Amino acid sequence: MTTATTGTRTTGHAVGTAHTRVEGRDKVTGAARYAGEIPFTELAFGWFALSTAARGRVRSVESDAVLEMPGVLAVLHHGNAPRVDIDYVGMLGMPPDPTAAVFQHDRVPHAGWPVALVVAATSEQAREAAEALVVHYEEEPHDVTFAAGSEHPDAYSIPGPGGPGVTGKGDLEAELAASAVVLDAEYSTPEEHHNPMEPHAATARWDGGRLEVVDSNQGTLWVADELAKMFSLDPAAVRVRSEHVGGGFGSKGLRAHQVAAVMAATVLSRPVRVVMTRRQMFSLAGYRSPTNQRVRLGADAEGRLRALEHSSLSVTSTVHEFIESGAGPARVMYDAPAHHTANRVVRLDVPTPTFMRAPGEAPGSFALESALDELAEKCGIDPIELRVRNEPALGPVSGLPFSSRNLPACFREGARRFGWADRDPRPGLRRDGRWLLGTGTAAASFFAGAMPSTAAATAESDGTFTVRINAADIGTGARTALTLVAADALQVPTDRVRVRIGDSDLGPAMIAGGSMGTRSWAWAVTAAAEELRERLALSDAVPPEGITVRSDTTAAVGALTQKERHSFGAQFAEVAVDVATGEVRVRRMLGVFAAGKIVNPLTARGQFTGGMIWGISMALHEEAVRDRNTGAHYGADLAGYHVATHADVPLVEADWVDDPDPDDPVGIKGIGEIGIVGAAAAVANAVWHATGVRHRSLPIRPDRVLEAGVRA
Amino acid sequence: MREFGYERALDVPGALALLDADPDARFLGGGTNLVDLMKTGVERPGRLVDVRDLPLDGIGTAEDGGLRIGATVTNSDLAAHPEVRRRYPALTQAVLAGASGQLRNMATVGGNLLQRTRCGYFADVTKPCNKRVPGSGCPAIEGEHHNHAVLGASGHCVATHPSDLGVALTAFDAVVTYETPGGPGELPLTEFYLPVGDTPHLETALPPGALITGVTLPPAPVAAASRYRKVRERASYAFAIGSIAAALDVRDGVVHEVRLAFGAVASRPWRARAAEAALTGAPAGAAAFAAAADAELAAARPLPHNGYKVTLMRNLVVAVLSELTEEATR
Repeated sequence: MTTATTGTRTTGHAVGTAHTRVEGRDKVTGAARYAGEIPFTELAFGWFALSTAARGRVRSVESDAVLEMPGVLAVLHHGNAPRVDIDYVGMLGMPPDPTAAVFQHDRVPHAGWPVALVVAATSEQAREAAEALVVHYEEEPHDVTFAAGSEHPDAYSIPGPGGPGVTGKGDLEAELAASAVVLDAEYSTPEEHHNPMEPHAATARWDGGRLEVVDSNQGTLWVADELAKMFSLDPAAVRVRSEHVGGGFGSKGLRAHQVAAVMAATVLSRPVRVVMTRRQMFSLAGYRSPTNQRVRLGADAEGRLRALEHSSLSVTSTVHEFIESGAGPARVMYDAPAHHTANRVVRLDVPTPTFMRAPGEAPGSFALESALDELAEKCGIDPIELRVRNEPALGPVSGLPFSSRNLPACFREGARRFGWADRDPRPGLRRDGRWLLGTGTAAASFFAGAMPSTAAATAESDGTFTVRINAADIGTGARTALTLVAADALQVPTDRVRVRIGDSDLGPAMIAGGSMGTRSWAWAVTAAAEELRERLALSDAVPPEGITVRSDTTAAVGALTQKERHSFGAQFAEVAVDVATGEVRVRRMLGVFAAGKIVNPLTARGQFTGGMIWGISMALHEEAVRDRNTGAHYGADLAGYHVATHADVPLVEADWVDDPDPDDPVGIKGIGEIGIVGAAAAVANAVWHATGVRHRSLPIRPDRVLEAGVRA
Repeated sequence: MREFGYERALDVPGALALLDADPDARFLGGGTNLVDLMKTGVERPGRLVDVRDLPLDGIGTAEDGGLRIGATVTNSDLAAHPEVRRRYPALTQAVLAGASGQLRNMATVGGNLLQRTRCGYFADVTKPCNKRVPGSGCPAIEGEHHNHAVLGASGHCVATHPSDLGVALTAFDAVVTYETPGGPGELPLTEFYLPVGDTPHLETALPPGALITGVTLPPAPVAAASRYRKVRERASYAFAIGSIAAALDVRDGVVHEVRLAFGAVASRPWRARAAEAALTGAPAGAAAFAAAADAELAAARPLPHNGYKVTLMRNLVVAVLSELTEEATR
């Protein structure tokens, strides 16, 4: 068991020591207030009415009857809402998803599109009125069907979070023809949703000419910047706060609710809160696109890759481009003389997908790491040995050196702890009563980077320290990690440091995203704190207003040399399969990661195992179902969209090997996303080992197992 | 959620009078299904008559030696009752396979039998559903139906009944007792649910205004060797994709008595009488179990995406009856 402390008295060793969350007591006692709970006087409540048409135009919004209902203050829709500007590039270098710019026109691009916001004195009145609101549509035929790649001739390639759309070197067909062993397989993953515990919630109000938004997001300045641009406001006239966040996973950037709340607060001149319901989140909060992927591998008799092709198709909406870069992992993991990757996207009448924990890597690693397992089987080589033999010296696409690549160490340590050496590779041999047992493994990687951030460190006159940085703690423990980092940099005990985050007035800093938050923030905090310590060494006393030092890491981060920078990991799973009922249950999982310096082992373990558990969910449960006729979701709630329950989560262990990043002041790489990468493939590979049947479509549902049976 | 009235009934005549006084009123048990449906607008009662305080929360021995279970007994209390565990173990297993500890502490026996289908079209007021809005259509037949009915459905509705408890009660010949303003009545559970036909919105044979007062289980020695097995897409907190309640009495290698009921395959807990008839007197073994399952499942009419349920139920019959046979001879 991990020993946790709530305050260290010794100095300089906080980083690397388990520490309970500094706000943990507030959270478990309910003292911590989330965005939808903070009281405001004169608060009104907005409730979305969403389109039931999947494509077409709004012909009319019958507001009059609803305006007569108790408590109703306003009905905003495309005919009366304030106009906004969406012709800009946001902080993340992307144009805004016009889905967030609500009520600007009569077009309906997908089912669940916001067509109106009903504002009332209470949340219940707003909901009742929004559900009573009659909207007439001019419906057009819709297409929401995502099929195999060959059936989408209009699919096209664009760059995405995983880099360029297409990469290629070498003669693929020639290398495949010359290979002793060839694998050609198609894999699919379904539409998946973030479903953070806390729904999206925002309250907007005007305060002395300043727009103030209390929100639940992954970056206050990100949201403030978009709102300022959209509403043509001076950036200094917008303040966004986000003190506590109950999960984000990529879904909590600028969304329809913040924009609608600002519109309503502007029109009504009073504070307005808009909260999404769980069902509304399915069409308004973004999601992970389904993917259809094809992997072709060619290898010599010793398993060394001669050809690798990974192509991935995903969907986007008709109004915005987002690509799920499933072919991304192949650009990092394995090299071959012929190496080709392609990410393509097809437009359907569906909401725009977005970043979801390990975008690209999560579904892409399922296909690639399943394919490696299939290749190992065909070559008669142990799956770990196959991966070790194919460790690249340089980035397969970039040709750049790796900053560090400790994947073999992860496999070595994982294999030792999991008992891999005793494994009989033949499938379908082990039985425990009605259950067939199997084990599987897969590799994981995720980009390790840093983004410029600013921080301020203040020595208070009472001997304590205040660190201000516009970080976001979306449940990861970032606030605590930064407390440890600051304490070590200041060389004081952690209980003398308080960290203030989640307020756009604190200045520019990285968002909680891309597994880069803690590293980027810690860099800025370290820089400010170290300089403050030097200043204090030169001064006799701290004045009443304290001594404040500010940092900006823009130059330092910009000076990082071009390298392949990634975290790595090895995933192991043991599963039990009852082929008579189709049930698959994970019995144990182990993940060993090389993911930089681990700041807080307590919360880091939670991050890793949380990702791995999500991988179990992805492998066995998660799947959003779209009804072809209405174009809308079927069963869009947590009763219909299954995630793993406690009973599905057996012994899940995560650990790490020593892997400090040589180019980071604290040695951090970032751990937010890698836990899910490869996890589903490890489970699927274990299902093959148990049954002898390959499952290439997720989730591995009982009906799929039943219909596949066992190897003949 | 729109506003509604709430009253708490203290005795059965009072409850019946409160319901009778308001055509828009509904009885409220644990609220674990009704309140959810009110939030989503599927149910819109004008008044709730809370029956949880009625003196119907006991479990006792019936005159014929069977068990009498009050309508407001919670699922948790039912599952934990020593006589239920000893004499009808499949009933305890069925209850514990359902929902979560918190829900079982609230849910009642009467309410469990009257819970509505979890079909995603029924639960979504933006979509058609013949059960919710008669005549609006059944989108499941051409849409999503991988967990819909394969037995006893119609072209008007393919929804399943979600109860686990009801499956075990059906296997054990439970009788539902009720009160109406005109006097008491009773219905065998196998006749409690109406055939789907072209009226899927009419779900039970209970007379209007009736209050379920309890469930009676006749003595059934065979039930002492019984099993409930539930298959679902995750290990807990999910409705079945197929379940079975089975009791078996094998004497000298021959099936002396067998009880079989299926869950999650029909609009009601499905008593497998054809399988029981085929098995009674037959040699206990996998071949006979499979043949019996086939006899029952010959009536199955699967849709394009739920045919696996036929295989699943066949496999469950064989697996669970084989387990019971093995345990009896051990």
